Amino acid sequence: MNMVVCIKQVVDPEAPPASFKIDPASNKVVPPQGVSPVVDPYAEYAIEAALKIKDALGGKITAISLGINQLRDIVKKPLAMGADELILLEDEAFDEGDSWSTAYALAMGIKKIGDYDIIFCGREASDWNAGQVGSGIAEILGLPGVTLARKIDITNGKARVERVTDEGYEVIEVSLPALITVSNEIGEPRYPTIKGIMAAKKKEPVIWKPADIGVEVSQIGAAGRRTKLLKLFQPVREAKCEIVEGENPEEAAVNLALKLREAKVL
Amino acid sequence: MAEYKGVMTFCEVAEGKLASIATELLGYGRKLADELGQELSAVLVGSGIGSLAQEAIAFGADKAYVVDDTLLKDYQTDSYVSAMEKVVKEVMPQILILGQTSIGRDLAPRLAFRLNTAASLGCLELAIDPESKLLLQTKPAYGGNAQAVFICQSYPQIATVRPKAIAPLERDESRKGEVITVDAGLDPSAIRTKVLEKVPEKIEGVRLEDAEVVIAGGRGIGSAEGFKQLEELARMLKGAVGATRPPCDNEWVPAGAQIGLTGKIVTPDLYIAVALSGSSQHMSGCSSSKTIVAINKDAEANIFREARFGIVGDWKKVLPAFADKIKGLLAE
Ligand SMILES: Cc1cc2nc3c(=O)[nH]c(=O)nc-3n(C[C@@H](O)[C@H](O)[C@H](O)COP(=O)(O)OP(=O)(O)OC[C@H]3O[C@@H](n4cnc5c(N)ncnc54)[C@H](O)[C@@H]3O)c2cc1C
Ligand SMILES: Cc1cc2nc3c(=O)[nH]c(=O)nc-3n(C[C@H](O)[C@H](O)[C@H](O)COP(=O)(O)OP(=O)(O)OC[C@H]3O[C@@H](n4cnc5c(N)ncnc54)[C@H](O)[C@@H]3O)c2cc1C
Repeated sequence: MNMVVCIKQVVDPEAPPASFKIDPASNKVVPPQGVSPVVDPYAEYAIEAALKIKDALGGKITAISLGINQLRDIVKKPLAMGADELILLEDEAFDEGDSWSTAYALAMGIKKIGDYDIIFCGREASDWNAGQVGSGIAEILGLPGVTLARKIDITNGKARVERVTDEGYEVIEVSLPALITVSNEIGEPRYPTIKGIMAAKKKEPVIWKPADIGVEVSQIGAAGRRTKLLKLFQPVREAKCEIVEGENPEEAAVNLALKLREAKVL
Repeated sequence: MAEYKGVMTFCEVAEGKLASIATELLGYGRKLADELGQELSAVLVGSGIGSLAQEAIAFGADKAYVVDDTLLKDYQTDSYVSAMEKVVKEVMPQILILGQTSIGRDLAPRLAFRLNTAASLGCLELAIDPESKLLLQTKPAYGGNAQAVFICQSYPQIATVRPKAIAPLERDESRKGEVITVDAGLDPSAIRTKVLEKVPEKIEGVRLEDAEVVIAGGRGIGSAEGFKQLEELARMLKGAVGATRPPCDNEWVPAGAQIGLTGKIVTPDLYIAVALSGSSQHMSGCSSSKTIVAINKDAEANIFREARFGIVGDWKKVLPAFADKIKGLLAE
């Protein structure tokens, strides 16, 4: 199996919400002090999905990431986890795109990689929560797609995918090559091994510029957007929490019940 | 070139009826269409669903397009995208709205790319910009820490709306509208997937999405046994149990109990958050609850920034006493 996994570097989504700040002038997030960026968590689930298949059937995994200022220690994580190659689409021209220009550039990068059976994406990135890049790549490359995967089995050149639905899940069979977006039910991403970390240290990523993947600068990044971000803002919280006290936890609990009754919540 | 005009809603069908999200969307679509002074159309896609067209009209549509084909019995990306592509190309709406459901999340982006336009998923709010008349699409970003407002510079402007963003209109059987059937014209060989099986999760008691009281537990509950205590309290209050992601990932509760950005959206009267930190991704699914109550041992936990009432303490000590007192109060 030849697999491609789309990953990206993001602001750590588990940083305390109190540390979250936006610079209104640029519509950009001010990265919290002292918190290192991470690999997008759902993209890590996508790597895990590919590694499970590699464990079972063998094969090659190529990770591809689009962005600027990508810290090598961060974006090399797929290699440390067990991926074989890392390609970075790294150029100012790729930056500040929308789902369209991002999916288009990634699709053209994947086309250049050429030989693939499955392309994996996360179900939605933790920063912009668009939930579209996977479907976009599939459409641009003319591939069938299955989104929200929670389990994947390969038999007879087809994938059997359990897809999360609002009611439970459904089992879908899809011909390959295909694109699959991965949900957290696939299982916790594995930790890199020492051996993996050492191998990743030695491996240099391949850098591709727009010309390398045959795209015009007008089709990618901010120039290729079909949408426009008007405003990014922090919603105001009005809630003021009343802490209910007591001599001990049990008494506090009783007081809380009485409070809720008094406030006609119960 | 013909002009794009009107608002279109994609109406999901569940168990032979219009899904609740469909009635909500018709209400939202009606509002937008009235603001633009344009028509609202509904699209029904499926097999044996023709009788629902009148229902869509009763909930606000001026026209209902029906694409009925046995190949459309189950949702499948390829068949539904091509059916919708056909309808959109024929009707040419300015705006197309869908639900942020497991179907909408899949259909909307793929359709947008097919039609060479763009979509915004999981919108909290849609409005018409008074000057440009374009659709202002407000949606969570950074897991709900932020909200972003987007506009789409091509037609149709596509958006999915989260469940419960709006209340449906009163059903009005006297409303008149036109029903139009559209031939799906599907090529079976172009459907590259097959649905082998559907496995619904068993639900006992009140559905989480419909519950007026939700008792939600987080990582701090620690085990499936711990959740039994939350279930007991939920039963007492005729509510349902929900969870953050870690208890689902650890299989202490079924995956369907997850509330949040990538889980269910709930808007109960009372939301009791037990041993969960209040991450933005979780709050994104419950912050519209009327009253949020928090029980957490860490006074600095973010949930206390969201809650109306709180106790700082160990849930194992607080919850039994709380449940006891409630039992007493309810018996009065
Ligand atoms: C200043 C600024 C302005 C912006 N303006 C706009 C705008 O006008 N309109 C707009 O729609 N968006 C805008 N964006 C956000 C945009 O860049 C998003 O990243 C893009 O829309 C994709 O959404 P997402 O990252 O949420 O991806 P999703 O679709 O949620 O991602 C799903 C999966 O796709 C893959 N993936 C996504 N991005 C990458 C990547 N870069 N490299 C590799 N794999 C990837 C991963 O597997 C990921 O898990 C702006 C961003 C910035 C910083
Ligand atoms: C793109 C994306 C989407 C996501 N979608 C969702 C989603 O839909 N829903 C969701 O829930 N998460 C989601 N997450 C995960 C989310 O970021 C958090 O990791 C998760 O919500 C944390 O769950 P928690 O609050 O239970 O755990 P923690 O943050 O670990 O909090 C546990 C809390 O329990 C308290 N506690 C521990 N023991 C006790 C005790 N004995 N008594 C009282 N209090 C105690 C602790 O003080 C702590 O505050 C998403 C993440 C990403 C990146």
